[in-house]
Amino acid sequence: MTGNIPLEYFLVLSTLMFFTGIFGFLTRRNLITMLMSIELILNAVNINFVAFNHYLYPNQLQGHFFTLIIIAVAAAEAAVAIAIIINIYRSFKSIEVDKVNQMKN
Amino acid sequence: MPMNAYSYTLLILLIPLFSFLLIGLTGHKYKPIISGLIGTAGLLIVAVLSYMTAIKYFWTDHVEGTAYTSFKAFETTWLHLTDNLTINLGVLLDPISVMMLVVVSTVSLMVHIYSLGYMKGEKGFARFFAFLSLFSFSMLGLVLATNIFQMYIFWELVGVSSFLLIGFYYDKPSAVSASKKAFIVTRFADLGFLIGILMLSFTTQTFDFQTLVSSDGPALTHTGGAVFMGLSAMTWALTFIFIGGAGKSAMFPLHIWLPDAMEGPTPVSALIHAATMVVAGVYLVARLFPIYSIVAPDALTIVAWVGGLSSLFAAIIACTQNDIKRVLAYSTMSQIGYMMLALGVSGYGGHDGLGFMAGNFHLFTHAMFKALLFLGAGAIIHSVHSNDMREMGNLRKYLPITHITFLIGCITIAGIPPLSGFFSKDEILVAALHHNIYLFAIEFLVAGLTAFYMFRLYFNVFWGKERHYHHTPHESPLVMTIPLMVLAFGAIFAGFLPFSELVTSDGLPFEAHINYAVAVPSVLIALVGITVAFLMYRRTSAAPDKVASALGGFYRGAYHKFYIDEVYLFVTHKIIFRYISQPVAWFDRHIVDGTMNLIGNTIEKSSYLIKGFQSGKVQQYGYVFISGTILLVIIFVYLW
Repeated sequence: MTGNIPLEYFLVLSTLMFFTGIFGFLTRRNLITMLMSIELILNAVNINFVAFNHYLYPNQLQGHFFTLIIIAVAAAEAAVAIAIIINIYRSFKSIEVDKVNQMKN
Repeated sequence: MPMNAYSYTLLILLIPLFSFLLIGLTGHKYKPIISGLIGTAGLLIVAVLSYMTAIKYFWTDHVEGTAYTSFKAFETTWLHLTDNLTINLGVLLDPISVMMLVVVSTVSLMVHIYSLGYMKGEKGFARFFAFLSLFSFSMLGLVLATNIFQMYIFWELVGVSSFLLIGFYYDKPSAVSASKKAFIVTRFADLGFLIGILMLSFTTQTFDFQTLVSSDGPALTHTGGAVFMGLSAMTWALTFIFIGGAGKSAMFPLHIWLPDAMEGPTPVSALIHAATMVVAGVYLVARLFPIYSIVAPDALTIVAWVGGLSSLFAAIIACTQNDIKRVLAYSTMSQIGYMMLALGVSGYGGHDGLGFMAGNFHLFTHAMFKALLFLGAGAIIHSVHSNDMREMGNLRKYLPITHITFLIGCITIAGIPPLSGFFSKDEILVAALHHNIYLFAIEFLVAGLTAFYMFRLYFNVFWGKERHYHHTPHESPLVMTIPLMVLAFGAIFAGFLPFSELVTSDGLPFEAHINYAVAVPSVLIALVGITVAFLMYRRTSAAPDKVASALGGFYRGAYHKFYIDEVYLFVTHKIIFRYISQPVAWFDRHIVDGTMNLIGNTIEKSSYLIKGFQSGKVQQYGYVFISGTILLVIIFVYLW
């Protein structure tokens, strides 16, 4: 099914996603956007895992399992992060990361 | 001899300590006179206990014909450092410590009573009595020390109390500098004492006096060992210990603090700088006397010559001073020189120990008559408000009791029989004659000078021309004159104590006779001194000035104390300060401080530079982190 698509395509895609995530994480001030950027980074990694697993070790499944673990962890992380963001919003009336500069409000 | 029968002697130490703490901590809460009474009552108990101890020790408990033993009435381990090195505190009783108990408690009690009148109305009355109690405690502790380390501890404590009392008038700059001078000079000498203690205890492996002086102990049986410059380790140790004693006892050339110490209140001068603390050096040598005599005769020779020269030196200066307290201070130095000399010329055991007995005897009688003279001088100063004898004259009609007691003191110190000074001084001269004719000649001359300068003082103050006084001088109150009378009584009769049966180098009594070949000339020269003083100072005349100008440079030298102070100032300021202290200070300020400042400044500057990194902004951290990662990737993947 994927026989015609070379590995490099996947790697280019994951690299683009990774650096998009990095860029978003460093430049955006909005916490939700930063969280989304982190998800992009994680998914870039997932693509790499699956692609390498498929092309280099077709008979093994470690890459897939890692991907599944990362998805699960990312889901948990998203739940916790969003809970924190909601709390920050309640405290600071803002989700701009630069505004959150005090331990106590 | 039952040990516990004497354990109450511990109270002699604890009572003054208690009254010091009580007055010092609570003295401001009640009337000043209460503090004075507390201190005096404490000392009264101490004096009674001391007399009881002396009577018991010397007579009641003593079996006729046996040697006086030394024993510890009390001892406890204070610091247990290792099994071989412990520092003990305790009470040692032997003839000299019991004798000193009597001296210290008598004089201290008299000074306490006298001060009730003398210090009346002074600011800091309670403080004064607190310090007097502290001094009494320290001095008694020094006297009763069972080991040389305990003695050193109390030795420093008396130094501190002396410092506090000289500087009692702390708003007077001269008193402040005098107290500092006294402390620094004696402290400098105590360095020698400490070195001596360390050398002695290193050689003998003990601090304990009884072990040190016992005839089969490590000190007396010590032979061989290290030799430095031809003298054995023991000789060096005892010489260093003597430096400490010389500092405390104001022996030449460490005497410079004593005349200045007269800035303190007069009762303090009587107690500390005449009768008790300054004889601590003599006591120290007497305490270690068997070691000096048997193991380190060279050190003992040094003691003799330092004592002899100091006594001559001080007697010459005393003839030229006009401040009555300074005359007495130099006189004290001269008399302590006598005691040192007596110990220095003494041998050990039996009649050879005559000098030892005479030194202690003179210590005893001197304490009585010198305290009397100082307290008398205090009464004079109290009534005319001046220290300068040129501003006094014809005081005998205003101060009859002071006059009589002072005259008794003068006759005693001059050595006219049958007053006590005659007996003790005579024994010293006999001991000196047996040992060394030059030392005898010096002391013989000093005996004449002593009579001269004391009667110069006496005639100047009590006879001569009537001066103009601010108000008519009046006799002091009874509380001041009673101590004078008691001490005058002591000065007259102390000579009849059979000292050669009580305080001897080996504890055994021996027969001491008056040696008429020495006694008659020494009385004659004293009479000559008195007559010269009588002729020169009986009436205020120009004769003293003529004599002074005839003596020329010698008189000026003596008047300026032979420029010893100037020599010290030159050595300290021009040599030590300039060539040692200033470079050291420069090094400290620029190199040591500079290094520290450099480190501090560098860290401060660099932290200022990098403190922006910790901004608390998570994105900045991420940026740095990712840049670093990329950099490392570039280095390791592409460039390595």
